[in-house]
Amino acid sequence: MPQPVGAESEARTGAAGAKLGMWLFLFTELLFFGGMFLLYAVYRSRYAAGFHAAAAEENTVVGACNTALLLTSSLAMALAVAALRRGRTRFSILAQAATILMGIGFLAVKYTEWMAKIGHGLYPDSPVLLQRSHGEVLFFGLYYVMTGIHGLHVLIGISLIAVTLALTARGAITAERATLLENTGLFWHFVDVVWIYLFPLFYLVT
Amino acid sequence: MSDGNVSPAPGFYRDDGPRRGLAAWMMSTDHKRIGIMYLAALTLFFVVGVTIGVVIRLSLLAPGKLLTAQHYDQAFTLHGIIMIFLFIIPGIPVSFGNFFLPLLIGARDVAFPRLNRLSWWLYLAGAGVIGASLFLKGGPLDTGWTFYAPYSIQTRTQVSFAVVGVFILGFSSILTGLNFVTTIHRLRAPGMGWFRMPLFPWTLYATGWVQLLATPVIAISLVFIFLERFFGMGFFDPTKGGDPILFEHLFWIYSHPAVYIMVLPAMGVISEIVPVFSRRTVYGYKAVAFSSVAIAGVGYLVWGHHMFTSGMSDTARVAFSLLTFLVAVPSGIKILNWVATLYKGSIQVDAPLLFALTFIFLFSIGGLTGLIIGSLAPNLHVHATYFIVAHFHYVMFGGAGMAFFAGLHYWFPKMFGRMYAERTAKIGWLLLFVGFNLLYFTMFVLGLEGMPRRYFDYPPRYFTAQTVSTVGSWILAAGVLVILGNLLRALFRGRPAPENPWGGLTLEWGTTSPPPAENFTEIPVVSNGPYSYD
Repeated sequence: MPQPVGAESEARTGAAGAKLGMWLFLFTELLFFGGMFLLYAVYRSRYAAGFHAAAAEENTVVGACNTALLLTSSLAMALAVAALRRGRTRFSILAQAATILMGIGFLAVKYTEWMAKIGHGLYPDSPVLLQRSHGEVLFFGLYYVMTGIHGLHVLIGISLIAVTLALTARGAITAERATLLENTGLFWHFVDVVWIYLFPLFYLVT
Repeated sequence: MSDGNVSPAPGFYRDDGPRRGLAAWMMSTDHKRIGIMYLAALTLFFVVGVTIGVVIRLSLLAPGKLLTAQHYDQAFTLHGIIMIFLFIIPGIPVSFGNFFLPLLIGARDVAFPRLNRLSWWLYLAGAGVIGASLFLKGGPLDTGWTFYAPYSIQTRTQVSFAVVGVFILGFSSILTGLNFVTTIHRLRAPGMGWFRMPLFPWTLYATGWVQLLATPVIAISLVFIFLERFFGMGFFDPTKGGDPILFEHLFWIYSHPAVYIMVLPAMGVISEIVPVFSRRTVYGYKAVAFSSVAIAGVGYLVWGHHMFTSGMSDTARVAFSLLTFLVAVPSGIKILNWVATLYKGSIQVDAPLLFALTFIFLFSIGGLTGLIIGSLAPNLHVHATYFIVAHFHYVMFGGAGMAFFAGLHYWFPKMFGRMYAERTAKIGWLLLFVGFNLLYFTMFVLGLEGMPRRYFDYPPRYFTAQTVSTVGSWILAAGVLVILGNLLRALFRGRPAPENPWGGLTLEWGTTSPPPAENFTEIPVVSNGPYSYD
């Protein structure tokens, strides 16, 4: 019977196997983002002045707030995992909910940032942007693509945590069966780490 | 066969679960069923790809009669996309890898059976989206399979959908690689240390890492094309400061390692077949195992050799050329070891070995001509000519394609529980071999004489060689028909296969043909290396 056979194999793979699989997946994510960082590196070295001018227009305070929000959400996620391991399910649920809220907060701030830029006519291929230098055109192009794809990952992360939250509440994720929550946590931390690089590249280094 | 009405034991083909028919297959997490479904899909796409290839050759016989220039561009693009993304990249890992990896290492399934099923669904979805793109606004794309900017950004043909399709296929490939790497780490039978593992799993392991670490790079490149077409960021558009050559870099950072995704598992199949049909332990087992890992590692660092004429610093060109020569060394080690395994063996030239020997012969030609292309000076002369086309068909079709046929004939009895007609298989092989060399060796000559690739028309002085090549394509197609017809007939009428028709010593031959759903009644305990013939 195919179904139970597969289940047995998955059981033999065990939590360590699932963790290994998740790490392998994160490697692929790293290289996926790597392609974008490669473009950034090349164009930054080619158009240093344009990048400098464009980066000055980013609002560092807003960016810093968002960074704080996302870093704190990672703390909440780590607490959620640690609490579950100690059997404190209620605290874990609360911490997961807090993670989701901070993730949503991050996206909301990102949304207002994007909207403000678009309001000024700054978006890819816009007449306003095409008036600017090559470096600025590429900087804002990279800004939208990199923060956009990062935002998409935040959204996926939020959805995943919503699932683990429901499963924890239903008792399907427990201290003994915490792999799914741990792997979701790994994903969330990865998304956080990517932002830690995006923040200086777009806001701080001018 | 006269005893065609005798049926083999149903094995894993019997529907035991709650579902019946198609649903029992599509919903199955059994690696063997998934492998068989992949095999059917791959064969179908291979036949479609060959057909388009024959049409391309036919058009070259009298340019303009059969295909217009635009249709010609679309035809070679489609040929490339089908053959590369739908046949040869998934190829051996998803078919034989899925079916035999767990059997070879003594496991009941892969590490993540449901993820494996998801890979299969994604493969179908990707193929479906690419198929749909042919009928959507703009029609079939005409960029060549490489999607080079600015063609892919500016063409009015339907690139966007096709790119989404390839992206989905990439996801499928990544998940397969992830699954196999984890499987090999976690599910080897008790006693099977790394160096008691058969060589096909070794190549799947190396391939899995390449799939994991290279595929995401093409994924992001395809996202760039998609976004570029809809939003116009200008990443590859010089009028906005972008650089089209950067796309070439990104593309080849994946697509050169992808060559090893195609050929490493093929080498694994050959490493399984050669010892069995010469009744000898593989010569230098560890060297063969490590050379797979070495090919995967060095293979990452050679992508620049596709771009010697695109504008690169001399330092970069010399470095890429040197690394290209380096990556040939582990391939050479494998060739040496296979030949050394045959030396003084009790060789039995059945169809699987015939195809395996053909692999060694054709792949050697492909590999050695690769060194000509990898040298900076000759590269200038033959870049973007038929010489390149000939080279990669020798490596891909003569290599990975022949290994696919070798594996098909080697494992057919185990997968389907039936034997095929040996004589017919050999006739098919002969046609394929003769047709192949007529078709592609001629291209080496044409390329050296200056015939550019992807051109729809040519001056009259190339006519004779072009005709020889086209005639070769007919003989090759006839060979493919005989081979597949023979196997198709065996599927229904072949006599039941014994458990171990070739005298193989790896674990899959210890199960029934076809294997039972759970593979092994008891997980085997391994106490020696995989090819202990001596």
